[in-house]
Amino acid sequence: MEHAEILHRCFRCGYCKLPGSYQDLNCPSYLQYRFETYSPGGRMWLLRAWLDEEIPTSARLQEILFSCTACGNCVEHCVFPKFKADVLNAITAGRGELVNEGSVPRRVSDFFKAIHLYGNPYKLPEADRGAWAKGLGLEPYRGQEYLFFAGCAGSYDERGRKMARAVAGLLQDRGVSFGILGALERCDGNEVRAMGEAGLFEEIARHNIAKFLDAGVVKIITLSPHAYHAIRNYYPRFNGIFQVLHYSQVLARMMSKGKDQGADTPLTVTFHDPCYLGRHNQDYLTPRMVLAALPGVELAEMDRARVDALCCGGGGGNFFTDLLGSGPDSSSRVRVREAAATGAQVLAVACPKCAKMLEDAVKAEALESALRVMDLAELVQARSV
Amino acid sequence: MSELKYDQKICTKCEKIDCLTRCQHIALDLEEARQEWMKILAGRDSRVLHECLTCYACEEYCPYHNHPFYLIVDRQEELSAWPVPVPLTKQQIAMMAPKGQIVAQKVSAPVINLCSFPMLAGSIQGKLFAGASIIGGNDLFCNIMWLHFAKNSVIRERLPKVINNLMDYYLKVSGVDELICFHDECFGTYTQLAPAFGIEVPFKPIHLFEYLTKKLTELKKEIRPINAKVAYQRPCSNRLVPETQHWVDEIFKLIGAIRPAREYEGENALCCGMVVQAAQRDDRADAIQKRNLDDMAAVGARYCVFNCPMCFMTLKGMVAERGMTPILISDLCRIALGEGFWG
Amino acid sequence: MEEIYRELVKIVGERFVSNQPEERFLYSRDPGTMEPHAPDWVVMPNTTEEVQKIVRLANRQKIPLVPMGGGLVLSGLSRPLQGGMVLDMKRMNRILEVNEASSYVVVEAGASQGMLQAYLKKHHPRLKHSIPDAPPIATIGGNVLIHGSGHLSAAGGFHSEMLNGLEVVLPTGEVARIGSCSASPYWFSRSPLPDLAGLFLGWHGTTGVVTKLAIKLFPARPWNDVGIFVIEDPELAPDIIRRLARVQVAEDILAWMSPKPDWAKGFQMINIAYGAETKAELTLKRDLIRESVRPYLERKVGGFMPLPPDMKVRFLEAPQSTLAVFADVNKGGGFEYVGAIMPVELFAPAFRKGLEIAESRKVPYSLGARIVGLAHCMMFFYAYAFNRADQADVRRAQTALEDTNAMVLEMGGIPWKAETPAQKQIIKKMDPNTFALMNRLRAVLDPQGIMNPGNWEA
Repeated sequence: MEHAEILHRCFRCGYCKLPGSYQDLNCPSYLQYRFETYSPGGRMWLLRAWLDEEIPTSARLQEILFSCTACGNCVEHCVFPKFKADVLNAITAGRGELVNEGSVPRRVSDFFKAIHLYGNPYKLPEADRGAWAKGLGLEPYRGQEYLFFAGCAGSYDERGRKMARAVAGLLQDRGVSFGILGALERCDGNEVRAMGEAGLFEEIARHNIAKFLDAGVVKIITLSPHAYHAIRNYYPRFNGIFQVLHYSQVLARMMSKGKDQGADTPLTVTFHDPCYLGRHNQDYLTPRMVLAALPGVELAEMDRARVDALCCGGGGGNFFTDLLGSGPDSSSRVRVREAAATGAQVLAVACPKCAKMLEDAVKAEALESALRVMDLAELVQARSV
Repeated sequence: MSELKYDQKICTKCEKIDCLTRCQHIALDLEEARQEWMKILAGRDSRVLHECLTCYACEEYCPYHNHPFYLIVDRQEELSAWPVPVPLTKQQIAMMAPKGQIVAQKVSAPVINLCSFPMLAGSIQGKLFAGASIIGGNDLFCNIMWLHFAKNSVIRERLPKVINNLMDYYLKVSGVDELICFHDECFGTYTQLAPAFGIEVPFKPIHLFEYLTKKLTELKKEIRPINAKVAYQRPCSNRLVPETQHWVDEIFKLIGAIRPAREYEGENALCCGMVVQAAQRDDRADAIQKRNLDDMAAVGARYCVFNCPMCFMTLKGMVAERGMTPILISDLCRIALGEGFWG
Repeated sequence: MEEIYRELVKIVGERFVSNQPEERFLYSRDPGTMEPHAPDWVVMPNTTEEVQKIVRLANRQKIPLVPMGGGLVLSGLSRPLQGGMVLDMKRMNRILEVNEASSYVVVEAGASQGMLQAYLKKHHPRLKHSIPDAPPIATIGGNVLIHGSGHLSAAGGFHSEMLNGLEVVLPTGEVARIGSCSASPYWFSRSPLPDLAGLFLGWHGTTGVVTKLAIKLFPARPWNDVGIFVIEDPELAPDIIRRLARVQVAEDILAWMSPKPDWAKGFQMINIAYGAETKAELTLKRDLIRESVRPYLERKVGGFMPLPPDMKVRFLEAPQSTLAVFADVNKGGGFEYVGAIMPVELFAPAFRKGLEIAESRKVPYSLGARIVGLAHCMMFFYAYAFNRADQADVRRAQTALEDTNAMVLEMGGIPWKAETPAQKQIIKKMDPNTFALMNRLRAVLDPQGIMNPGNWEA
């Protein structure tokens, strides 16, 4: 197994479970399950025991490994400088071993199957992929400056579609030259990769790269930080080299010429850093620049922000497989309680998975009257004249 | 063991004993100074050997360039009049020892030597340093610092090896004969101390100030004047090479920085206090630092500019507390060129 | 077995009990060198009532019960030596009350050090607790109960001395309160009542399950500094440490001796951390500390390292996050230490003998001593790193630890949170009547012998 040589080097000191302030548990699966086995160090030791055949390949082991949301908190806070960068990679590699053995939870194999057969985890026809854009008058991609990549959640999920429409509408309003692939688009593969299905990921990546190159794509704007991460950091391994931007980075450029025009009634907003924009790609500033450019908007940070942000729980495939499960200790619910505690009226997000996870959590926590989940583009639109 | 290039006759004939009468830290009238200096010449113990804060100033004050400070340090070592507690000295000697990890590397001019501060490599960027090769690390450490520890023996032992390292691993193999010294200490070592210790230096040391002046002159059109008062913290090692001081004025002129007249500058400059702390005289260090900072604040400085990274690290917090921005001189120049700065 | 599992599910819910191989594997060991012993069940209670029910079940069924906090003791004390249940207490992590006026906090036993530290920083920024150098996920309860020490031990002694009171589920299931809280709504002290806290401190979970506790808080100062005094003769250490401690301004005094980095080898570094309300007070305290060791400065045999402020930051960190990194010294992932509680005058032989053992056993080592109280005693630690993936290397470290435990006892020190073999060595040296009294108390408290059996046994 790749990275097997670092498994025994984990001391299980537990810094990986916490944010930099140590204030509370910051590993979503450990927060939810509380058994040491569900912490990053627990997974490292279990993987070693499994490779050494000290424990069997069980359904529980599979659940333990696949409930990791790949949020990167462990990598950020591990105190071992010589191998911290590979802590999550080792867990991903462990998932890969289980995938190779064919020993994965049903929901995980269903997910892979759906991607394989339908090109999306929703098992919906690829032909419907562009339906989210209906009525917006968006152009198909034919050499415009940017390709706008909506991704699976942006194409099929109700919340994601709303967000995709907001982003595309805003880009349109601001005169950004872009097109979409519509039915020709396919899953970006980031979750497949994070779930250890390296072969399927390569297939997806190569497919997308070929499609992008055929269409003459040079620059890509993604709706999802997950797609941004995969295209930016993994597609180059298959010779897919594109200039990729997360949509917030485009918004920030549009707004950089001073305060945006629009409503200036006071509004307190808190921002939830998406893991794949923040910890995985170290962009904490851009979304805050967008918020800072909105008149009347005041940013109230949560205690856990930037490198310390608590994941919404939707990463690492859990958005689809839900191996993390629900309940008051699920990280999405903990997160919206933390957001509400700032006194903010709006919980701003920059990822369709976060939007959906946190919106559901707001309902579960009965916080609808106090806290509204809005994506950055929706917020910019709402504040524009 | 290389002998100090020192002429006893000059001292015996000296009438003013500037080295001691002008000392900022030991109060001696001419007669007392003469008596103490005669003791030092004779190799006997003197209160000077024990009270010296190793600020290097006497090296500058001597009108005959007869190296009184180096003699003091030699005597301190001979008589075990340690300025710094022995375990700390030993620890520093171990800490700064050559690592033997150096590998030959092709470099091209300009070659910037960061000495034992390779961590400042982030400061060597932008237009001023375009195309520069950066070298540094303990194997290139100039070792002048042992003057503060009464350990000229370590200088004599290590410096020739460092010079060989510079030549063998970088300069000779690359056909480069100039070395830009990022830090005053290196420039002082190679131009002033090494000759005094009879150690040959086969390359041409260039002071960072000279390099910056030249580059800034080339980039003159791109300079946006700083238009602010800047206090300059002159480090102890500049006492060895006072002839380089005019470059500071030239740099200030080029970048449009205003250098207000201060009480503690030039020959009256004050030490940053770090070596005074090493000598376990925190009360003295506090007083020196306070005088220095009061003086900077009194002239309304917005920046305090440093050449020595150690002065920078020692004083930067205190400077900032007084509402001034502490900054390395290379970074100040980069600001004038519209570049962000590191550090 | 299945029936017990179902009973446990009834008490804590299905999600918080496991009899699966994964949990049985992981809870059978800690990061130290002791061999694994698997539990049959791992249970995570959420309330004192749940703990009570679990204890009663264990009693009825005569099932061993091992309470566990962070599981970071390194000497294997939370391994269930005879199987049974491991009680992972970390769900009980609430901070219940902070009394600003009388400077104490009441927490559930599973609250972590880091969580309390962050909570106080945010809500009571003028107060702090004594944080040990264990990782921040370590629990307050666990550390107090093993007689831990930490970043305020020079000011306040052992963490068990900072204990104001506790709530405990006795081995037979009753809940008892100890200290002022047994007769008052306040948790202000253990005095003036008969001090029953001693029935639970240092017993390694053999006398009950502590569910709540109150500990003393101390001023969190806005200005903080650390001096590092360096010597190269361990014989000087006791007098220097006494002088430094008796100034009564240090919050923490910690000596450290390590062969790495090169510049540390052969020297003894003594960190003195202190805080103040103003910069002037900080300077005054620095001068007082310096004055206390004046004779050594004048003889030039010791001195404070000259460090720019930036370089001091890492020495002021609590807990010291770099300590865990010792485990990776040879890419091995493990270390364990003997923490010997001993009088300060034994510093030099303790150091020399530790060095001899480490060098003869060829184990990577790091030595040091945390001073407790005004140099009333010290926790001298001998940390040995090992490669977890190499059994021979683990054994080598184990042997060095065994040698060290024997050496410490021989010298007159007592190993802290001792491994079970070391507990037996301590018992051998112990006054037989003391051990007999321990056994009588234990028999009264735990008639079925269910609490962490295998510990404190001859």
